[in-house]
Amino acid sequence: MGINRRDFLKGAAGSGLLLAADASPALAFGPRTPKELPPDAVGILFDSTLCIGCNACVFRCKQANPHMALRPEFNVPIGGLKIHDTPIGLSENTLTVIKLYKHDGGHSFIKHQCMHCIDPACVSACPVTAFTKDPKTGIVKFCKRVCIGCRYCQLACPFVAIGFKWDEPFPEMVRCQLCDHLIPLGKYAACCSYCPTGAALYGRVADLRKEASRRLDLEYGEPYRFPVNHIESGRKSFRPAAKYYPNIYGDTEGGGLQVMVLAGVSPLRLGLPDLPDVSNAAVSEGVFKTIYKWFAAPIVLLGALVYLAYRNTEEYRKPKDEDD
Amino acid sequence: MECHEVDKNGKKLGGGVSRRDFLKFCAVMAASIGLPLGAGSKIAEAITDPNRPPVIWLSFSECTGCVMSLLQAHHPTLDTFLLDLISLDYTRMFMTTAGHTATALRDKSIEENKGKFILVVEGAIPTKDNGIYCKSGGRTALDILKDVGPKAAFIIALGSCTVWGGAAAAHPNPTGLKGVDKILTDKTVINLNTCPPSPYNLLSTVIHLLTFNELPALDDKGRPKFAYSRTVCNNCERVYNFRAGRFAWQFGDEGHKKGYCLFALGCKGPQTFSNCPSILFGGAGAETWCVGIGHPCCGCAEEGVGWTLPLHQLGDPLYHFPPSHFARIDEPVGMGATAAAAAVVAGSVGIAVGAGAVLAKRLGKEEKKAKELSEKEDATVAKEE
Ligand code: SF4
Ligand code: SF4
Ligand code: SF4
Ligand code: SF4
Ligand code: SF4
Repeated sequence: MGINRRDFLKGAAGSGLLLAADASPALAFGPRTPKELPPDAVGILFDSTLCIGCNACVFRCKQANPHMALRPEFNVPIGGLKIHDTPIGLSENTLTVIKLYKHDGGHSFIKHQCMHCIDPACVSACPVTAFTKDPKTGIVKFCKRVCIGCRYCQLACPFVAIGFKWDEPFPEMVRCQLCDHLIPLGKYAACCSYCPTGAALYGRVADLRKEASRRLDLEYGEPYRFPVNHIESGRKSFRPAAKYYPNIYGDTEGGGLQVMVLAGVSPLRLGLPDLPDVSNAAVSEGVFKTIYKWFAAPIVLLGALVYLAYRNTEEYRKPKDEDD
Repeated sequence: MECHEVDKNGKKLGGGVSRRDFLKFCAVMAASIGLPLGAGSKIAEAITDPNRPPVIWLSFSECTGCVMSLLQAHHPTLDTFLLDLISLDYTRMFMTTAGHTATALRDKSIEENKGKFILVVEGAIPTKDNGIYCKSGGRTALDILKDVGPKAAFIIALGSCTVWGGAAAAHPNPTGLKGVDKILTDKTVINLNTCPPSPYNLLSTVIHLLTFNELPALDDKGRPKFAYSRTVCNNCERVYNFRAGRFAWQFGDEGHKKGYCLFALGCKGPQTFSNCPSILFGGAGAETWCVGIGHPCCGCAEEGVGWTLPLHQLGDPLYHFPPSHFARIDEPVGMGATAAAAAVVAGSVGIAVGAGAVLAKRLGKEEKKAKELSEKEDATVAKEE
């Protein structure tokens, strides 16, 4: 006999493996303990109500990361600075991008980039630990020498923040690394150090969270002073408070992010995914660990296959008495 | 207008302009106030009419900057403007007569041209203590304006002071200075902002009034749309730097020397409506306007911006509409893993199971096929038999 869909489902369910594809695996398999934010972790607070869409961040990011962000054909010096392309999204040539959300009577800008998850899916998905999380700064780093090019990280990242250099013979995964190469030089994220408005603000995550909740507590229209570039830079700007959507995106979303977003509209409308408070990495690792406990999964899988093969060859094994 | 003699090259000999230059000027004028080319001849007709309505120019609390700016104009030059183009019957600044003689001339012209003349007001009007802080010929500015204003056919408030108080009314405004439209509330006032105002905006407005005998299209703040409908950024030669994030961060730095956008130095161009970048400043030459010479726009044309916001505080791009090249949120790009990493795990398990199932199915199928085939053969054999 052939196997029909019904039998297949029955067989698979019988093996218990289908549970893994269930929409809520957390019910069947608990997530592992979520990772903690290192106390000195650094990050970015992006306040969409301050962003003017000038693209200084996009341009300076490309300039600060020429090894990965600038295409040779765009690497043309004009007046000493390099011109930039007009990217439509994150890619192997663009580590951060400003996108426009238009709605009736207004618009908002959003800065997309790697959000430096506290419990990153890319780190969890990488089979060879090419992605690591710096224990001090919390910056998610990538090591080209280790990467085998499987691109599981690309699939795992909920922010689609990882690009792949398709047109290179020895490609690498490309994404924002919070300009960690500038830290030893005493500098910090290029996008923040050149943001004229303070919309992209660099600093310790703990400080940024405090600053973000301070802004949410402001009355609409109340004049307030806020730091520009780096939360400790001493440079301040001054403005009446905007009407905020009462949520710090990245405070809890996806297990917490080191790059947080404040906006006048729901961050979900700005193209950010609706993430549960437990990171995907914690959930999937929980599932994995349960499956492989006592080497259960391979045994069960083998059992299921044997069962299926047995059922499908049933008639073949029947004695063909009538003919004989 | 007199017809002046011209030399063989068509250049004017005495004062005034050649007819050819004059017609050219009229055509340019028509273009600058957004009229079709043919309107030039209508303009020429209006401003050569010996009975064209006169202009009365009143000066109140001001710095004379408006007139100084008018002196800079070179197309046309001031003499042409005053003597040939408009019939300026009274202005304190350029009259050779003074005192009571001048005032008498003014009052005579006002009486003769009641309901016909164009009133240009320069300077804010003190209102505190009945306006005693600005007097001329023994009368307060408030009194003169309330007397002359209703008799005019059209009223032009020239310069930011006259429009809303401008620099003169900056905090704490001890004399209670106000703009013309706050005092003559029942008349339409044409507001020509900026400090000092562009002589060409004044000329264009006057010529529009003379030619069509009606107000130019005004916005909700009483400003002619031909001059004040776009922000300074909209016409600024540096705006492509604004959109590419190339800024001057300090006076004299590399970006400043290269002519990058001055937004980071506090340019108020994004929230100020004026045509400064397109007609330039007072006709002093190419690129001579605030941003052109490397200084951020201070928003002198916008109430609530100039002399209100700190000079180097960042501007607010309230009216800056993002150009269409911006990536939209819903730009069609590849979708990420939506059901997240758990699904990846589940997926790979599923693939393994699926592959096993397909394998098993194949086994079964092959088996079935073989069986069916043999059955068929059997049937054929049976039939043949
Ligand atoms: S946003 Fe994506 S690439 Fe960045 S840390 Fe999180 S999972 Fe990794
Ligand atoms: S932190 Fe550095 S790499 Fe990341 S978006 Fe900003 S400039 Fe680019
Ligand atoms: S540099 Fe700042 S203001 Fe300009 S687009 Fe980037 S985040 Fe927005
Ligand atoms: S901000 Fe100032 S310098 Fe920059 S484009 Fe606007 S007007 Fe020009
Ligand atoms: S550019 Fe700005 S400051 Fe300069 S004249 Fe125009 S409105 Fe005034």
